[in-house]
Amino acid sequence: MTDLTYSSAELMIINAARLLRDGDAVFVGVGQPNLACNLAKRTHAPNLVMIYEAGVIGAEPARLPLSIGDPTLVSGALSVVSMYDIFANYLQRGNVDVGFMGGAQIDKYGNINATVIGDYAQPKVRLPGSGGSQEIAAWANRCYIMTPHQKRRFPEKVDFMTSAGYLGGRKEREATGVRGGGMLAVVTDIGLLEPDETGEMVLTALHPGCTVEEAKINTGWDLKVTTELRTTDPVTEKELRILREELDPDGLYLK
Amino acid sequence: MTKLISLSEAISKHVQDRDTVYAAGFTHLIPFAAGHEIIRQRKRDLVLARATPDLIYDQMVAAGCARKVIWSYMGNPGVGSLRLVRGAVERGELEWEEYSHFGMITRLQAGASGLPFLPMNQVGVQDLEKANPLIKRIPDPYGGKEVVVVPALNPDVAIVHVQRADANGNAHLWGIIGEQKEAAFAAKKVILTAEEIVDESVIRSDPNRTMIPGLIVHAVCHVPYACHPSYAQGYYDRDNEFYMQWDRVSSSEEEVRAWLDEWVYGVKNREEYWEKLGAEVHERLRVKPRMSETINYGEY
Repeated sequence: MTDLTYSSAELMIINAARLLRDGDAVFVGVGQPNLACNLAKRTHAPNLVMIYEAGVIGAEPARLPLSIGDPTLVSGALSVVSMYDIFANYLQRGNVDVGFMGGAQIDKYGNINATVIGDYAQPKVRLPGSGGSQEIAAWANRCYIMTPHQKRRFPEKVDFMTSAGYLGGRKEREATGVRGGGMLAVVTDIGLLEPDETGEMVLTALHPGCTVEEAKINTGWDLKVTTELRTTDPVTEKELRILREELDPDGLYLK
Repeated sequence: MTKLISLSEAISKHVQDRDTVYAAGFTHLIPFAAGHEIIRQRKRDLVLARATPDLIYDQMVAAGCARKVIWSYMGNPGVGSLRLVRGAVERGELEWEEYSHFGMITRLQAGASGLPFLPMNQVGVQDLEKANPLIKRIPDPYGGKEVVVVPALNPDVAIVHVQRADANGNAHLWGIIGEQKEAAFAAKKVILTAEEIVDESVIRSDPNRTMIPGLIVHAVCHVPYACHPSYAQGYYDRDNEFYMQWDRVSSSEEEVRAWLDEWVYGVKNREEYWEKLGAEVHERLRVKPRMSETINYGEY
């Protein structure tokens, strides 16, 4: 076995990339999700179509994009459309397979808070708000999120529900009739959480060397563990090389 | 008929205190020059609407131009927090109204098409609907699920920057086209700023690229480099370093005041601002050409 060293960010990006399938149309954010998608495209998913909420479809960024509207996303893309079109024709109509989410908090049922800590009208910490995430979480077929496994990021219940996981349970989400499949995996630096039949996020995999104890201590609810707990495949030299040499040579998002 | 006037004349004539202003551009073609001119002319009590307030509204809020901000993502894109708007909101000094991106853009789309409101599908969560009473639900008259509706947004003024326009305001833009067209059609008045003023024949050579017709434009201003630190596709790059630098500047009230004094109040116009940035920045933001294939419209 090779003895590779890597950061938490690299571990999460690589495991998120492995969730993507060849041919997926992915709604991508900048930073780590962008790296995960580009890594997947250069390994097992060459036909991945990257869609950016700024209205770019089929982007092939020649350099690391530093904002959601970086001009490198446009040059050489398949199509550029208005913001109304990207949300209506692509997302609402059901033409997006995967949505990568971000957010400050994620709860037991995969709901996300990106809006406010504390009271909405008198916010303790005002966060950026939904952007595209409210609609991505509802309408993309599959949603994923990458986040360091820390108790403050994993409360039992979020302060503000910016975007839907399974709400109060899978049945509640189903009752709303939203088209997407919801939060299918939370990739952390300890392992993977996936929804059980009730929509509760449970520990389904650990990264090599990580323990159930660590995962439990760093989760804000009583984290359940699946009976078939897996260990994720070790990070490979090839994955690390593509990330470090080709995609993010300055290591902006890899630390 | 030419609508060409200077930017300072356009702002003075078309932007009034208490107006609702929409400075368009989703990370691209953000009309910073017009924002700075509004600051210099000390406009007050504006309602500033934008999907992403970005640095342009952070600066206008810091300069005391705004009573209220309407947004759908209030951050410094690619960097983090939009400190001045955020601070003013957390201290209770600034009114705000909030949507998702789709909600915000749907408001403009309704405004642009002359409708009172437009529907969207439900999104499962309801917290934002509860926080903002302007977001409502109505039955689907055809028997489906209830839909979420938002009211039309019809700003008093839209400010739109484009790569090229003729003197009547017929405008070509390309790259990320965000909500420029919707903002222009939704607004009561449109101020257009352009990297280049071209002859009408250039516009007529490629009519499919005309996103904004002169017939809805009130003023056309020739303002090269109007977007810095944002960018104009094919003309100059986004100044990511500035966006990061702003994170530092905006963490101190004193530094913000000094920055506004030096870069907004201390310069006459965008030309002076761009010169002041200096050759090193100009060089850093220069882009190599990458031309599209031309198309054949045919001679009929």
